[in-house]
Amino acid sequence: MTFINYASREINCKIVYYGPGLCGKTTNLQYIYDATAPTAKGKLISLATETDRTLFFDFMPLELGTVRGFKTRFHLYTVPGQVFYDASRKLILKGVDGVVFVADSQDERMDANIESLYNLEENLKSNGYDLLKIPYVLQLNKRDLPNVLPVEEIVSELRRKDEPVHEAVAATGSGVFDTLKSVAKQVLTELRKS
Amino acid sequence: MTDTPIIMHEEQYQQLRHILHKLRLDSFSRVVFLVDKNGQQIAVQGDVGELDTTSLASLAAGNVAATGGMARLIGEREFPTLSHEGERESIHICIIGRVLLVVVFDDRSSLGLVKLRVKQASRDLSVLFEEIARVAAERKESDEAIFAEITDDDIDSLFG
Repeated sequence: MTFINYASREINCKIVYYGPGLCGKTTNLQYIYDATAPTAKGKLISLATETDRTLFFDFMPLELGTVRGFKTRFHLYTVPGQVFYDASRKLILKGVDGVVFVADSQDERMDANIESLYNLEENLKSNGYDLLKIPYVLQLNKRDLPNVLPVEEIVSELRRKDEPVHEAVAATGSGVFDTLKSVAKQVLTELRKS
Repeated sequence: MTDTPIIMHEEQYQQLRHILHKLRLDSFSRVVFLVDKNGQQIAVQGDVGELDTTSLASLAAGNVAATGGMARLIGEREFPTLSHEGERESIHICIIGRVLLVVVFDDRSSLGLVKLRVKQASRDLSVLFEEIARVAAERKESDEAIFAEITDDDIDSLFG
């Protein structure tokens, strides 16, 4: 839910990175954090277990610049991907303006991708959203691994509407900012339309 | 059902700051801030210093969301207040509709005093947010006109 402060001339939007466990959601945020100038970012908050698995969420605020005199800030969140953290995922989706689904391109993770995508649709619905109507981008991560499925095969299984699809290797940063720009543009375009 | 956006204008923002300022003084607290339930900071008053208020806002909202989930599991609608006591500084959070009032205080104050003043301020904030919603509905058309002027080039320019 976009927060517009006319007094301070700010637009604040929330983007959530979603996907199965170990697909690269946190890695996306870490790369964005490391690659962003200090003046354009806040702290990266990671609520994680001792083994660095996301426990509740990762969060970082990002300032993109000014449009029509309004400072545009995006709050980026990731959800915990492990199956049993569903209650937390539902909470973090509240107030979302745009979603990035990070799919793990590996052959053996396809079932997990499908289950997580179904989970996303259900949790969006329970928060009053429709995946077919909100800003949404599909990222195919880990494209550098040897056991990845062809892009066409993953897209045919996971694509839900005509959402942009971005190939990525989040560990090296490839495709990370393209994905972010893609969803951010959709969010701002939606703001303009609505 | 999704929430309608919170749209705040100058005069309301000043009223809000006044309420928070008064609360901070009356409760002898260090910092008072208002956060929406999605984690966006709305306003802050007080001795912020090096405090990362953006992160604190997000974490406060996450805290409330998590404990709200626990409340529903045991049959409660929500826990309307949360308090965290530290060795030197403490935090008190109060849910007011769609926003959270977060008070950071030390031994210059007390939990009892903070709770009392928060209760008083929450009444003023409830009234203010009702007005914000009413004004937002009335001014919807003129506000939307500003964003309707955003072009594709405006959006593209954000990404260099």
